[in-house]
Amino acid sequence: MLLSGAEIVMECLLREGVDVIFGYPGGAILPTYDAMTKYPQIHHVLVRHEQGATHMADGYARATGRVGVCIATSGPGATNLVTGLATAMMDSVPIVAITGQVPRAAIGTDAFQETDVTGVTIPVTKHNYLISDIRELAYCIKEAFYIARTGRQGPVLVDIPKDIQNEKIEFVYPEGEIRLPGYRPPMSANETDVFAARDLINSAKRPIILAGHGIMMSGAVQELRELSERAQIPVSLTLLGKGAMPEDHPLCVGMMGMHGNAASNHAIQESDLIIALGMRFDDRVTGNLKTYAPHAKKIHVDIDPSEIHKNVKVDIGIAGDLKTVLTQILPGVNGNNHPEWLNRIRDWQEDSSERDILSNYDGDTLLAPQVINDLWKFTDGEAITVTDVGQHQMIEAQYYPHRRPATMLTSGGLGTMGFGFPAAIGAKFGRPNEPVWAIVGDGGFQMTLCEMATAVQEQVDVKIAIINNGFLGMVRQWQEFFYEERYHATPMVSPDFCKLAEAYGVPSMRVTKREQIQEAVEFAHSHKGPVLIEFVVEKEEIVYPMVPAGADLDKMLRRPKKGEQ
Amino acid sequence: MSNSTSKQVVVALVENKPGVLNRVASLFRRRNYNVDSLTVGRTHKGHVSRMTIVVDVARTDVRQIVSNLYKLVNVIDVKALTGEPHVSRDLALIKVRTDDVESRNAVTEVCDRYPARIVDIGVKYAIVEITAQEDLVEHLIDELRPIGIVELVRTGVVAMGRGVRILDTDYEPVNHLQNAGDLERYGV
Repeated sequence: MLLSGAEIVMECLLREGVDVIFGYPGGAILPTYDAMTKYPQIHHVLVRHEQGATHMADGYARATGRVGVCIATSGPGATNLVTGLATAMMDSVPIVAITGQVPRAAIGTDAFQETDVTGVTIPVTKHNYLISDIRELAYCIKEAFYIARTGRQGPVLVDIPKDIQNEKIEFVYPEGEIRLPGYRPPMSANETDVFAARDLINSAKRPIILAGHGIMMSGAVQELRELSERAQIPVSLTLLGKGAMPEDHPLCVGMMGMHGNAASNHAIQESDLIIALGMRFDDRVTGNLKTYAPHAKKIHVDIDPSEIHKNVKVDIGIAGDLKTVLTQILPGVNGNNHPEWLNRIRDWQEDSSERDILSNYDGDTLLAPQVINDLWKFTDGEAITVTDVGQHQMIEAQYYPHRRPATMLTSGGLGTMGFGFPAAIGAKFGRPNEPVWAIVGDGGFQMTLCEMATAVQEQVDVKIAIINNGFLGMVRQWQEFFYEERYHATPMVSPDFCKLAEAYGVPSMRVTKREQIQEAVEFAHSHKGPVLIEFVVEKEEIVYPMVPAGADLDKMLRRPKKGEQ
Repeated sequence: MSNSTSKQVVVALVENKPGVLNRVASLFRRRNYNVDSLTVGRTHKGHVSRMTIVVDVARTDVRQIVSNLYKLVNVIDVKALTGEPHVSRDLALIKVRTDDVESRNAVTEVCDRYPARIVDIGVKYAIVEITAQEDLVEHLIDELRPIGIVELVRTGVVAMGRGVRILDTDYEPVNHLQNAGDLERYGV
């Protein structure tokens, strides 16, 4: 079959089972856009900015576990992908980005819309390709998908010169195995480590499991639960680990880290064994490394060997696939219980609930925790929530308990403002039958709100909850604590979001009182397609607890108990 | 000069493809690893190149460097050589002032005491070549400095494990360029 390079791209996408791609056309990618007309099986979503395309591909991938695909033209089109690629890289999300490049003869001449895109994206991709011969094209795309979805997953970029897209070749799809000599992701643990890990687990008095994104990515939810329940080990979650264990499970102690549950942080610091599974000891979860979990032996399992001993030196470091490794370890794990330890944790939890603002507040102004908690209530805790970055993100993590994996999607590692709304659009394409809520702040939403037009054009049934406090709230919080309340460049004027929504043709509602929340959620669900709800909340709220950057993990700033103020 | 305790020699086999050096360099830069020297050249297998990288590990665990290098798709194998018996060599060409009898004699005398030789001599300048362990090269340079070094170039260290310590790969490249046109292979 004589096919053009552009058609080969589409054939390869078909073979990978791709059904939707997010992109923006332009000169150097036009041949591929033209070829799309022959492949109606693959739906193209026209975004309003290429950054949105990467976040949509990212949201799609996080929601489905499949590889998300975005496509852009050379030069500015491709450079606009960088933020989204970096976001996916930090959170190990499988994306394949396809970019057009100027024709081979023009490469290196500063041609119109030429950028060294493979050069620019080396640090923010797992791997990338500049196609130099049409005969390599199909192999490289196949490898790109393979690399993106195996090992520690991540974004891969394929840059294709325009003349190669136009060139024709007798096409045969490269069936058969992929051979990459330098790419052998680790799978299982060696016997010694398995036995040593079991011994530590069986003899621990105050063990705790730290469950991260890796639980979901390797599909080890069942194994985690079995380990936790059999040996009665409490489970603390990272931000991206939310969903690894149902948060209403008695052994789940919730999120750890800077704005994590105090019980989690105290438990980590007092534990005698840390079992870290598919997490990477980010500075946001460890606080001061010198004083981190000082009494604990540490077991660390991660698919990426370079994560072992990176931030925290551990006693047993296992580079491997979590599901495989847990399946190896589980048979030797004894039934156990730690009543004193679990009681101690319960005391911390009780102390936290006495400080909970939801039960200690009698003011009139709407609070973000009320909004999120009611949203949880009126969506039966079953919505897929996609957050942006900032206070609302942490409040979501605290007040919207998730039961199922991949129902809370958020930019954790890079903390990309503007991520939430486009990622929610992508998530909805991946899981069209589930309610998807984008929970965003007034700041982050304005970074990518142009995608409202995309949502309208595609009639994407995504609900937008803007938590509007008129500030860049998290930055303001830091200014309050650490910069003597000099609120510079954080008060934020926003457009009338409801009028803006109206201009885009999006139904909207403004909520200023708690009593309106139920009605607003029902209003949103009663309309098919995008709906915007603006929640006007208290301007100067603080997210508690807070571990100041670099402080010991259990030296948290806490909200006072009632009567202590 | 050479503080041997904080220096580590890492050798890597990489695919001989465009851009691989860039990927390695980018890794070292973005992870803030301190590179002393990096050399790269083809091996007896045309599709495999070999890098010898000397890194300062005062701030970084060498295991981190090895595992991060290994994460690069084009890196086939990596090994930290320091701590194992190995041979390492650095080559330097040193141009020195030899415009009077004194300096000419001095250069000859210094070279006699090192595995060095004079490979070029003119009216004003001579080029000294040395191939030796890095510290020996450093010492020679120190001795030639007072005579008057005007130009200097070094290859950086190359290294190889002794005896049965063989870093090699049985990987044979998949030649997409050949295979793609070779339709018989697919039974077409």
